[in-house]
Amino acid sequence: MTDVSQDALFEFLLRMGDNTLILGHRVSEWCGHAPILEEDIALANTALDLLGQTQLWLGYAAEVQGEGKTADDLAFLRDVWDFRNLLLVELPNGDFARTIMRQFLFDAFNSVVLGHLQTSGDENIRAIAEKASKEAAYHVERSADTVVGLGDGTRESHDRMQGALDFLWPYVGEMFASDDNDRALAEAGIAPDPAGLRDEYNALIKRVITKGTLTMPDSDFAHKGGRTGSMHTEHLGHILCEMQWLQRAYPGCKW
Amino acid sequence: MTHPTTQQVWDWLNTIPDPEIPVISLTDLGIVRNVEWDGDTCVVTVTPTYSGCPATRVINLDIETSLLANGVGKVEMKQQLSPAWTTDWMSESGRKKLEEYGIAPPQPGGVPRRCPQCGGTHLEKLSQFGSTPCKAQWRCQDCLEPFEYFKCI
Repeated sequence: MTDVSQDALFEFLLRMGDNTLILGHRVSEWCGHAPILEEDIALANTALDLLGQTQLWLGYAAEVQGEGKTADDLAFLRDVWDFRNLLLVELPNGDFARTIMRQFLFDAFNSVVLGHLQTSGDENIRAIAEKASKEAAYHVERSADTVVGLGDGTRESHDRMQGALDFLWPYVGEMFASDDNDRALAEAGIAPDPAGLRDEYNALIKRVITKGTLTMPDSDFAHKGGRTGSMHTEHLGHILCEMQWLQRAYPGCKW
Repeated sequence: MTHPTTQQVWDWLNTIPDPEIPVISLTDLGIVRNVEWDGDTCVVTVTPTYSGCPATRVINLDIETSLLANGVGKVEMKQQLSPAWTTDWMSESGRKKLEEYGIAPPQPGGVPRRCPQCGGTHLEKLSQFGSTPCKAQWRCQDCLEPFEYFKCI
């Protein structure tokens, strides 16, 4: 075990918290618009859990940063280039198939990562992972069931789910594209190197995709730039416009 | 200065209803993890049910308000994440009260044991989520009524 810099830890916590923040916001866009009431409620509850996890991750990030900021400051007062979420989670919702497939691809990743983080050498990360794991396990159970139900459903739902998988697949590789920051944390025993999680992830999703009579794409091509912040898609700026406008228009405004 | 015993504080906490399911108390829910005195400050440690549950803030506020009203001068609220809350910590009386209220209590197997309305055992899941983060939607095929099930986590 080696020591890790506060900057590296901060970067890692932003990656965790920005994923849940941006996906939580995306999923909440379905509130009042989902195809049936039960799905509407399920999506809103999932978004709520993700937002709660964001509070924990970004709350700890703010503490590590040591500038007296809060989770809210990090969520509402950073601009696009400071966000560290995967490109996958900032993509527009598309149709219901794409929303559910994206949710499944992320839930599977989140549950695998959180499983490993429960043995982190950092006590706070361990506690957050223990709490978030229970929610992530519930999420992946539901999104996997829905992927199977719609994949192995009607011709229409099957084709839409396959279309969603084919469209989203190039955004999966980024989850495992590790860099020096990840390797530093892995060496310090704080977080697993994402590159080493791919087999576990693939095994999980392949089981579900196959059960849903869908075909795993065989391309390895991966869009990157989200988790390093080097190049987000155009969509992130639009999300931030909506999410941050109140704090931008009325700085320091509180409920 | 003398202060109330921790048992007395627990007794007060026993009477504070959950803000979203008022039929059970905060202690029935099993989220109050510790009560102790630090000088003349009463320190109450609470663990959240779900990380994003909006009731958490209300719960903290309710505890503070209740203890202050009972004459406790200073209250400090602490959040504890680990060990993570589990429905195993829900009291027996809490489970009973939930069922009488029409919410099927959590079961180790992950599915409700019987319909809280008619006691029927032919049940189907409608949605893994419900009106609050802690509940799922089920329906009884005997009486055909939908009901809520307190998720087991």
